[in-house]
Parts: sequence; C-alpha cells; structure tokens
Amino acid sequence: MKFYRSHVLVCIDPECRSKGAYEVLDALQDELVANGLIDEVQVLETSRIGGCDQGPEIMVYPEGVHYANLTPDDMAFIVEEHFLKGRIAKKFLLPITSVVDEELSAPTPKEIRIVLRNCGKIDPQNIEDYIAEDGYMALAKVLTEMTPEDVIDEVMKSGLRGRGGAGFPTAKKWSFARASAGTPKYLICNADEGDPGAFMNRRVLEGDPHAVIEGMAIAAYAIGCNQGYIYCRAEYPIAVSTLRLGIQQAREMGLLGQNILGTDFSFDLEVRMGAGAFVCGEETALMASIEGKRGEPRPRPPFPAVSGLWGKPTNINNVETYANVPQIILKGADWYASMGTEKSKGTKTFALAGDVKHTGLIEVPLGITLREIIFDVGGGIKDNKGFKAVQTGGPMGGCLPSEYLDLSVDYEALTAAGSMMGSGGMVVMDDETCMVDIARFFMEFTQDESCGKCTPCRVGTRRILDILNRICAGKGEDGDIELLEQLSQEIRTNSLCGLGQGAPNPVISTLKHFRHEYEAHIYEKKCPAKVCKALIRYEILPEACTGCTVCARNCPVGAITGERRGVHVIDSDICVRCGICQQVCNFNAVVVR
Amino acid sequence: MTIGSIDDQKITEVVDRVIAHHGATMDELIPILNDVNKELGYLPGEALKQISKHLHVPRSQLFAVSSFYQMLSTKPRGRHVIQFCESAPCHVVGGREVWKTLREELKLEANETSPDGKWTLATTSCLGLCSVGPVIIIDDDVYGNLTPDQIPGILARYS
Repeated sequence: MKFYRSHVLVCIDPECRSKGAYEVLDALQDELVANGLIDEVQVLETSRIGGCDQGPEIMVYPEGVHYANLTPDDMAFIVEEHFLKGRIAKKFLLPITSVVDEELSAPTPKEIRIVLRNCGKIDPQNIEDYIAEDGYMALAKVLTEMTPEDVIDEVMKSGLRGRGGAGFPTAKKWSFARASAGTPKYLICNADEGDPGAFMNRRVLEGDPHAVIEGMAIAAYAIGCNQGYIYCRAEYPIAVSTLRLGIQQAREMGLLGQNILGTDFSFDLEVRMGAGAFVCGEETALMASIEGKRGEPRPRPPFPAVSGLWGKPTNINNVETYANVPQIILKGADWYASMGTEKSKGTKTFALAGDVKHTGLIEVPLGITLREIIFDVGGGIKDNKGFKAVQTGGPMGGCLPSEYLDLSVDYEALTAAGSMMGSGGMVVMDDETCMVDIARFFMEFTQDESCGKCTPCRVGTRRILDILNRICAGKGEDGDIELLEQLSQEIRTNSLCGLGQGAPNPVISTLKHFRHEYEAHIYEKKCPAKVCKALIRYEILPEACTGCTVCARNCPVGAITGERRGVHVIDSDICVRCGICQQVCNFNAVVVR
Repeated sequence: MTIGSIDDQKITEVVDRVIAHHGATMDELIPILNDVNKELGYLPGEALKQISKHLHVPRSQLFAVSSFYQMLSTKPRGRHVIQFCESAPCHVVGGREVWKTLREELKLEANETSPDGKWTLATTSCLGLCSVGPVIIIDDDVYGNLTPDQIPGILARYS
C-alpha cells in the first residue's frame, strides 16, 4: 500500500476543462516530477469541487486548501510554496463564501446520516478512504465470525425494508433466495433510479460506491451466490465509472473476486448500463434488459428469488438497501431498530425538490412528519409563498395537501393516505402550482415510459392524458371527471406491473384533494393557479395604466393597442400569454386573471 | 456536414471493435448497442445488419430492442445532441420557460434535427440533477441552474 503525504484533487468538470484544467494538471505533475515529489504527492482527478466559475481549481489535502483561477504557469510557484516550503500560496486561495455542495449540505439537527454518511467527505475514487471509515470491516466480520443464517437473522432483527419503494422486508427476501433450489444464484443491485426528482442513489453511487459493493458482498454471502450485477441507468455516467473503478480497486485488494480475504467465499461484480427506459427499474423488466431484451415486465409468480435472471434464483435490492447493510452488521440490529417506527425501522434518504428553500438530499429517521421535513429540514417554501401540496414516491405516488402535513412518514401511513414512500423523491409545490397541470405532467411521463405490453396501461394512460390535455387547453367537458375516475380504477386494477398500477395515482390523489381545481378548469374555464395558458388572460387595469406604451412596443405579437397617455388594451385572441408586458410595465398595471 | 449516411467501412470498423470488446453474446447486446450508438451517433441499418450476423439474432429482434430504449436512436442525429430534462422537478423551477427558449432559438421541436445537421433537440427523463434544475446536457456537458437568457450563450459554444 502506497502512502502519500498529500493528495491534490484537480477538478475536471466540463466548465473547468474548457478553461484548461487538463493543462494545469499536466503542469502540476511535471512540476512534482521535477522537484522529486511525485512519489509523495498524489494527483487525482475529481469533479465538482465547487466555485465553478473560478476554475481551473484544485483542492489540497490534508490541509483542505482550495486554490482557484489557476494557469499552468502558476504550478511552479504553488509546488514550491506549498509542497517544498510548506506555506499556503495565499494569492491563489479561494475564500470560502458559500456552501459548495449544492445537493448535500451539512446535516440539519433532525437528520441522521447512515447511507449518506461518507458522501462529500471521502474521495470515492480511493478505496483507502472508505477503509479508513471502517470500510469492509463488516464484510470481514461476516466472513470470519458469522454464518449466512446469522447474517439473515441480524438483518431480520434490524427491520430493514427494501428502500426501492415497495418496502418488502429485506431479510425475508434473502431467505427466499437462499432456500431456492438452482445454481448459480445471482445478486442484482437496482441502480436504475428513474423517478423524476430522486437522486439519492446517484449520490451514493458517485460518493460512496464501496458502501454498496460491501453491502452486496455481504448479501451474496447470505444467500449463497458468487456473481452480482449492478444495473445502473445510462443517465448516470459518473456513477457508472465510479463504480467500475471501485470494483477494480476492491479486486486489487482481495475484497472482491476469488477467495475474499483468504476465505472460501468468492464473489465478483459487474456493472451493466441501462439505455434510457424508466420501466427497467421494475425488477422483471430489469432482468430482461440484462438478458439483452426489451425491458418488458412479466407476471409474478414466479418471483425472482425462485426464478430470476436466466431462470435462476436471484435477489434484487435497491442501492440504498445494500448501503445500509454494512452499518447494520457493524453497529448491530438493535441500533438500527432503535430508529424509526414499529414497522418502519431505520432511516430513509429523501431528495427534496421543487419550491422549498433548501433542495437537496437529506436522511431522516422514519416516523418524522412531512411538516418537519418540509419546514424544519427544508426551510419552508421559497419566496415565502404558501404550501400547496407535496408529491411523494415519484410519478406513481400521490399529491398530499396541507391537511396531511403532520402525517408520519412511514410505509403504511403514506400508502393509507393515497401516496407511497417510493424511492424517496419529494416534490414540494407552492400555491402557484396548478394541480391539474401537475397530474397531466406526471401522466405524460408515465405514458411515455409505458412499455406497451399490456392494454390497460398502454391505452389507458394515453386516454387519461388526452382528457387531461383537453382540460388544460380549456376544452374540458361535463363527465370528464367521472371518466378519469373510472379509467383510473381500471388501469390500477388491471395493469401487469407497478408502473401501470401506480400511473393513475397522481390523478386519483389530485381529484380527491383538489377536485375544485378540475371543476374550475372544466366548468368555469379558469385555472385558479393561473398556470394553464389557455385559461388565463392578461389584462391591463385601466386605473393603473398611464399610457406609456412600453407594453405595446414590447409585445411580440402586437396584441396591445392604445394611444399615448390613453389606457391600453390587450386583445386576448392575439395574446400568447408570454408575460413580457407584465415584466416591462413599470406601474404594475398588467394582471393575470 | 449534412446528415448523410456513414460509410460502410466505418460502420464495420466500429461494430467489429465493439463486438470484440464485449463478446458476441445476447447478454452483451445492450452494451454493444450503447457503444455503437455512442460512436456513430446513432444505429444505422447497416450496423444492425452486421450485429445481427455476429450475434445470430434476427434483425427484427435487434430493431425491437433498439426502438425500445430512449438513448438508442435508429435515425441519424445531429453533431450535437441537446437533452432537456422534462421531468417535474425541473418543470416546477422554471423548466417550462427554458424549454420554450430552446425551441425558439433552435427552431426545432422535440426529436427534430436541424437541416444543417448541427443540432438534435431531445427530451430526456430525470437526470438526477434535480438540485440544480432546470438542466440540459449537450453531448457530455451538463448545464444546470438554467435561465432562458443563458441559452444563446451556451449554444454559441458549439460549432
């Protein structure tokens, strides 16, 4: 094992690259070689140091010094000052002005970070960083002190449930695969995080890949298998390359491959990329994709634990599920079970998105309320607007209005409320959101991603989308609401897989909680939130208009008429609702109705 | 450069190399298609024909798989592919305005390629960068925290 006295991280994000980051890196290495330091100082490429407009930039450890606005010619000075003379090269120092990580801030008081514990703190491209944080100790303990049955018992006691969305007890799933006849057995990690608004898995894969690798190795030992696959969506190229690097480093250290840590247990991992299909997050579609087929789900039973990849017993779990396992083994099931509620133990990561002040990743104990997440952890609604609804569980989840703010966030409570836990995406909406538009939006997504295999989903979602499009265009008809309800029930009960079964949920929940908005669109031809363009009008208030003609001159379609110093008028038939007149008016005379 | 066909020699060279790297088995089909799509910009009919021969799989099956996945294209694409995230979290933070500006600047609708072969405008589902939405990806370059007025400047960076 090589010891370096210093590490230099060079940002090679596209922004920095376009400013010459690679030339700076080369110059840095040349200078280190010239000064005989190349064996003491390690230079690493990384992404997202922050301060993107000040690139090229480097971060020097162990001091944690951030130099920015660099050119190749500066390297001679920096190497001499910082590495030879041990002095900070002040003139290149970037002052710490703001939080650097846009996605993952320091934990707020109500958070407990288990899955996210290492993200942003360790170098994910260096396995030694992970090992220094007790990495692979759990695997060592499992292989030397525990039997596979012991492992399953411990995970069972912890109460860990699948974090991909369904919340099935993890240890139970493992025991099915263990008990199934048939070899070889396979282990799969579902890293096809496709829910819009969910990026927890992405961060873990990019920031702490070994937590997943170690978790998978432990699971493989428990079920008795030697080959695993991580199916990662193609939209996450950095995650894919970070995983591949991690796997290679683990192999080099004897932590993956044949005879791990000198025991009889062998396990190897391969990364498989998706190709842009949301439905491949469904486990049977995922397996079809690995087998080289169209990602179409199939009926279950048989469940993957009995007949999965290539017909063999297969255990599939989500990234976050595996990432919890090493900590459960090290700190014990009782520790994990001390957090959460009676049936939903432990913590869960969430990705807060939408109209909150602090968007980004959080990890909280289950049982926390929606109010605490949105207002305490999330900081409340942006621009001090009002809270309208929160969508949990991704496009198959439901929208919950303010009556549900004190709901406990656990598997059962969310389902009972008409939503679901899902993978952890939470989109918060303020009072300027049109709920019909939101339902339409999610349906557009699911309709596009429907694999097409079963009629209720393929045709049903299309029909619902057509109706919603019509309503938002001002052409809603009497009977549309009843038709939406009927279609939703049919699609939900008759679809083959979770995508179809869940697709109507946004429609069902918005109809339940915001029916008056639908009625306004259909019967009054109005959009209360003033979002649907066909249903809003831009008007000039006669009492406020001074006749300055600025709006008329800026209108791209010539919809405004008026004499100088006279009241101006917008012709609604010509107006395209672009909003420019409102922006340029200095007298707040333009309103949206 | 207009959107023309890629010559067969180049296709053969790429297909042979990709298959040699991955191996000619069904479970490597999607990695193979991904790599060929990446190198050639899309999956020409000739490429599918050759892959079909290597894998002993009917072309119809290859077409079924290629047309299923969003990131594989059986039609030629522009030199630069713009992927705009059209998912809800980007939508609610100003994505609608950015999308409108993109369409106006490029004079393209979704999945269209410009006549001079420079741009293909595509939508994509969530890229997992919701914290910095609205987001677009041009080739491999990611742009976040977008506002409509940034669009012309960003587009101008590409030749």
